[in-house]
Parts: sequence; structure tokens; C-alpha cells
Amino acid sequence: MKKSILIIAIIGLAMNFSFAQKFLCRDGHVWFFGTTPMENIEAHNKQASSIINTETGEIVVSVLMKSFEFEKALMQEHFNENYVESDKFPKGKFNGKITNLNEIDFSKPGSYTAQVKGVLNIHGVDKEYEIPVEMRVDGETINAQGKFATSAEDFKIEIPSVVRDKIAKQIDVNLNMSFSPYKK
Amino acid sequence: MKKIYFLLIIGFMSFSPAFPQDDLESLLDDAVEEPIQYTSATFKNTHVLNGHSVEFIRPHDLEFRISHRFGQLNTGAYELWGLDQANIHYGFEYGVNDWLNVGYGRGTYQKTYDGFIKMRLLRQSSGKKNRPISMSYFTSIAVNSLNQKELNDYFTNRMAYTHALLIARKFTEKLSLQLSPHFIHRNFVETSVDPNDIFAMGLGGRYKLTKRVSVNFEYFYVVDAPGSYPSQKYYNPLSIGFDIETGGHVFQLHLTNSLAMIEKGFIAETTGNWLDGGVHLGFNISRVFTF
Repeated sequence: MKKSILIIAIIGLAMNFSFAQKFLCRDGHVWFFGTTPMENIEAHNKQASSIINTETGEIVVSVLMKSFEFEKALMQEHFNENYVESDKFPKGKFNGKITNLNEIDFSKPGSYTAQVKGVLNIHGVDKEYEIPVEMRVDGETINAQGKFATSAEDFKIEIPSVVRDKIAKQIDVNLNMSFSPYKK
Repeated sequence: MKKIYFLLIIGFMSFSPAFPQDDLESLLDDAVEEPIQYTSATFKNTHVLNGHSVEFIRPHDLEFRISHRFGQLNTGAYELWGLDQANIHYGFEYGVNDWLNVGYGRGTYQKTYDGFIKMRLLRQSSGKKNRPISMSYFTSIAVNSLNQKELNDYFTNRMAYTHALLIARKFTEKLSLQLSPHFIHRNFVETSVDPNDIFAMGLGGRYKLTKRVSVNFEYFYVVDAPGSYPSQKYYNPLSIGFDIETGGHVFQLHLTNSLAMIEKGFIAETTGNWLDGGVHLGFNISRVFTF
């Protein structure tokens, strides 16, 4: 009797850890663009990483600034050197939480719109965002797609007057990430 | 007794890993391997000042450079301290691929045509692959096209070759240093006691003053070739200046004691002496075209 209870206890413990409640994405696609009559600037990062805790609704997204690829190499250098200062602030980070977690059932396939509220940190500056994210739960995986608008000003990124006409005031950020269960 | 086990079970069950947010963040950092991060912009330009830097023109980009050296400052008011004289060198540099640059140029100094190849051997990086330095190999050929009797004898008399290793490290966001051993061979020299082969060790660097302006210096220690007595007094080249970046252009403004803008000239044949004002005001303008 004692033994069987002990076994149940151990199984219970093991189940606790194997139950997938965290989902990980290693190669998410994050891209942004800004359009002006002078120049269109677009950059893609296909190495964005993120983790979701489906139990608490917490989400963390991490992006290496140097992994953004621009059409023109010189743009990329200026982006890293002069604007986001990648040596000083190598990562862009988002720490947030799904506010309507009760409307989403991660164990049931389907499409859900998650309201994600949190803080985006770029260039050492925190800024709060609320982003609607389309979440498609499909068996073991979750696909998340979303977009939001931001600006260089929000993150105290100075743009000299000479190039001000070439860099859009509003920058649209898109993301497309596929998550799979995270096992230790 | 049973109760104790029951409590234990409850205890284990409730020991679910409900980590706070900070831990989710560190969990993410642990789960994802950091990719290779190549160090960018060790220098603002493909040249430190006179000599080449470890920076490359990006694949399929073309750089057009105009370099200019005025006369020596000690020529006095009659020559407007050198401003009346003009020495130019123009050059095209092209990025063939990620590790290969080729270039062509022509300069006033000895009416020289020159061509070079620059190859990337190592790239400073961090993250998955940690490399402390960048290293490139540089080689060039210069052809003197002066109309001079001795040079007309054989075409090869006009030629000089340079081989160099450029070793650089970006120490901090602001400070980069470069060490560059150079070897120069001149097929034809003024007199029989002038050295054909010349070794020099270059030291260059930059310090960023603002995001778009840096102060640069460059010095070459030229080794005296044993058994040779140069027919003229040559000095070690020393240059100090600023890099100013404006969008697609980089301006380099500097003071240097060499007149030539190719290795064979500024390393082996610098005649200006800093100590008595044998210094030239100079500038390079570089524009990158993207296709």
C-alpha cells in the first residue's frame, strides 16, 4: 500500500513536469518597414526567439538587433551603428502577458485573438504596447501573427535632420512565429 | 500514515513550476543558442587614412574614392602653404563577394596606375563563434607611367608590388586598432644602393568622438634595409585626421607627411618631415553606390 502511494506520488511529480505548458519559438520572423516618398526601408529578422507560458499567459520575445537584414548593406550598418546602437543595446525584448487568457484554450485547435499587453525594450528604452495577436492552435503547435506601429522617437533614437525625409515617422512591425512545446 | 503520503502527493502536485516572468526570460536565453555575431564597422571606411583597413565593400557595392593631397605646409605664403598644389588619386573599389574586394586607381604621383585585391581571412565575432580579431590579406601592383628614359627600357621597370596583412580588433564600440605588416618590392629604384625590398610595420587606429565622427591615426615604421643607403632621406609616414560620415559619404580630413596615396609611395617614398613642417593637408571622399 505504502509503495503504491509512493509510485502514484512519483508519477504525479513526473506528470507535473512533462505537461507542456511552455511553448518555444527559435526562428520567428520579425520584420519592419517604413515608407517615405524618398526611400522605403525594410528589414527582416528570421532568428527571433520567444517563449509562451500557456498557464499564466506570459510571453517573452527576444530579438538580436544585428540579425535584422536590410536590402542595402549601408542601411544595415547605419541602423546598428548610429540608430539602435547594437553594441550597447544588442537585444530588443518584449515582456508581456495575454490579458484575455480565459478566452483561449491552448489544448483545443482553433484560431484565437490574444490581447497581449507588455513592455517593449529597444535602445534601452521601455515602452508599453498592447498588441492583438492572432493565435492558431493546431495540435502541438501554435502559430502567432501580429503587427503594431511604432516610431524611432518612442525609443529615443535620434535621426539627424539631413536624413529625416528618408526615414518614416511611423514604422510598422510585423511578426510571424511558430511555437512548439518546450521540453527541458 | 496514509494521510502523510496523501499530503506528500498534494505537496508534489502543487510544486508545479510556476516561475515568475524573469525566469521565463532566462529560460528563453538558455533555450536559444546565440548566433554568430560578426563585429561590424571596425572602421568607418575601407581605409584607415592612407592605408587599407579591414573594412570591406559589401558584395556588389561599388565605392568611388577621390583622394587629394595639397602641397607641404612649409612651402610658405607664395604657395599659399601648399594649397596651390594638387595631387590627386581616384579609385574604384568593388565588392565581388563577402570576402573579396578588388580595386583600380590612378594617381598624380608618378602618374601611377594601380590595382589591388583584398581578401578576408578572419572576421571578429562573438556569440556562437568567438574570434578576437579580424584579419585580411592585401596585395597590389602599381605601374609608374612617367615618360622617363630608364623606365622605357623594360616595362617591368615601372612595376612595384605590395603584400600586407591587416590585423584589427574593435576593442570597444569607440576604439579600434590595426596592426599591418607590409612588404614592398620595387623592380626599379633610383640608384643601385636604394633598397628594392622594404619591410614596414603599420599601426593604425580610430576613436569615435560622436556617432558619426571619429579621430584616426596611422603610422608606419619602415625598417632600414641592411646594406642599403637610400639616395634621398625618407621619413616614416604619420597621419592624423578625422572621419566624418554623412549618409552615403565618408569624408576623411587629415594631415600627413606623405604625398602619395598608394602603399609603394607613402610607405617607401615619404619625403616630408613633420618636424620642419613637411606636412600635407589632405582629404579622401568616399561614396558607395549600391546596385
